[in-house]
Amino acid sequence: MEKQELLKVEGLKQYFPIKGGFLGRTVNHVKAVDDISFTVYEGETVSIVGESGCGKSTTGRAILRLEEPTEGKVEFRGVNLADISKRQMRNYRKDLQIIFQDPYASINPRQTVASVLTEAMEIQKVLPANKRRHRVEELLETVGLLPYQADRFPHEFSGGQRQRIGIARALSVNPQLIICDEAVSALDVSIQAQVLNLLEELQEEFKLTYLFISHDLGVVRHISDRIIVMYLGKIMEIGDKTSLFENPKHPYTKALLSAIPVPDPDKKKERIVLRGDVPSPIDPPSGCRFHTRCPYATAKCKVEVPVLRTASSMKEGHEAACHYIEEIESGEKQPNY
Amino acid sequence: MSEETVNPPVTTEKLNPRLESYKQFWRRFFKNKAAVTGGVLILLIILMAFIGPWILTTFTDYRPNATDLGNKLQGPSAAHWFGTDSYGRDIFTRVIFGTRLTLYVGFFSVFIGGVVGVIFGIVSGYYGGRVDTIIMRLMDVLLAFPGILLALAIVAVLGGSLTNVIIAVGIFSVPAFARVVRGSTLSVRKLEYIDAVRALGASDFRIIFKHILPNILSPIIVQASLRIATAILTGAGLAFLGLGAQPPAPEWGAMLNEGRQYMYEAGHVALFPGLMIVLVVLAFNIFGDGIRDALDPKMRN
Repeated sequence: MEKQELLKVEGLKQYFPIKGGFLGRTVNHVKAVDDISFTVYEGETVSIVGESGCGKSTTGRAILRLEEPTEGKVEFRGVNLADISKRQMRNYRKDLQIIFQDPYASINPRQTVASVLTEAMEIQKVLPANKRRHRVEELLETVGLLPYQADRFPHEFSGGQRQRIGIARALSVNPQLIICDEAVSALDVSIQAQVLNLLEELQEEFKLTYLFISHDLGVVRHISDRIIVMYLGKIMEIGDKTSLFENPKHPYTKALLSAIPVPDPDKKKERIVLRGDVPSPIDPPSGCRFHTRCPYATAKCKVEVPVLRTASSMKEGHEAACHYIEEIESGEKQPNY
Repeated sequence: MSEETVNPPVTTEKLNPRLESYKQFWRRFFKNKAAVTGGVLILLIILMAFIGPWILTTFTDYRPNATDLGNKLQGPSAAHWFGTDSYGRDIFTRVIFGTRLTLYVGFFSVFIGGVVGVIFGIVSGYYGGRVDTIIMRLMDVLLAFPGILLALAIVAVLGGSLTNVIIAVGIFSVPAFARVVRGSTLSVRKLEYIDAVRALGASDFRIIFKHILPNILSPIIVQASLRIATAILTGAGLAFLGLGAQPPAPEWGAMLNEGRQYMYEAGHVALFPGLMIVLVVLAFNIFGDGIRDALDPKMRN
């Protein structure tokens, strides 16, 4: 089956102005997302990983125009969402939904579950008004809650249950793409597994596409088809799950993967510890963003911005943004700690 | 993953959570003796304003503007509980009739100031940017004037009457509301459920009135109850200066002014209206403080 493009992000930039001075002039910008491009195909799960502040959530919010993107294209089924008016955007909102991180902040504490879901349908005019109640109960069952809980308030539910309500709200408008912004990060590990399984079941049932934003590599490994690794607003590496986990090419990805704990005390593991902190996105390093912390960095890295490319040892669709993929692989370049 | 694991069969006792939070509010409120006293006083004053004049006109011959020059400046007695003023009018009757005017000024001016201030504050906090700057700088200008001076200036422009006092006091209440509401809006706007309804395509109107306003009601109620005291005081102050309700209206501030000339011979003429002003303002103040503590314990300073 030919893979259908669902979402295509091209050259997306999100700069937040820093106001300062006497008249509140823009002094500088936080370059939260700086020129990233990727494609999401129908029915797959693409994850964005990276440490805090690398711009992964901002990317999700920019796609939904919760924050107006500074530059770039966000094509959804061929329509550039970044270009259309707010009114037109409203019609597309039912196709793209989002699930949030904090189950306690993502539902209005003064609304019952039923009114949260009915309101979603009301805004997007899904179903005639008299059929919505039935749909609410159906949705609750779909996400593993019981219909009689429909008239309860959010504070009567646990975190996991609330997250299910959030999922039900996203589903209520029959979306095609759901952005899961750290959707399970705030939950207990056991509840995380339940919610992840639910997401997978729903994907199968409703043919959903997920853009899964997370910092948890274990979760990402479980749920993704493809993975995007971000660092300081740029994409470092893209690839399908197996190639990225088995055959990481970018030094940053390698360091990230080496941080996953292995549940075997006897297994010796080479842990790559990065020195220093993530530099400020206000004034990001020149050249390769990672050069300040990269053990392989050279003078070239400080000047030239590496582009995403596929080296000969990589599978198709697997790309990394590093000048020295081949050299590192052959052992010609050794890390200098 | 079965549904049972997620939903342990709970006893489905139907408790209305809104009712629960009201109950909690009342429990905290009743613990505060001063606030309860304030609340009871306010109820009595409102009762007095509504049925006092009616009782006096139906059952007695006391009228607020009935003059009796033969009996002027009499001290308190059985016939005239609060004594009489320079025209021989019964001060007790006038105080009772004046309650209505006082509450009228207090409630209406706060209502006007509240509605306008809430709208300004919410728009300012929700949209931010230039709109925010313009509105809030305007509010700063209003705040820069001492309250009574601003009201005085407005009444001086509009002309002295009860309606104009209400408008003036209303205008000077606007910035207080706008500031409180803007701050609360800023904190609520950042919550994820606002983003969630935005992602669903909700209009700004819906977000503001259905999702932000209900969640910032507590500070608005607190502000309103405290503001009424200030409004009454300012209203009385303007009347004292001769810019509010015009004689012979039995406005407490105006009565205070009339009594001023006889301070030495007949102190009671100024004393009783003055005491009533103190009582009402005090009642609203401690009541407002009590509501604040009960609604939002974190706001206590």
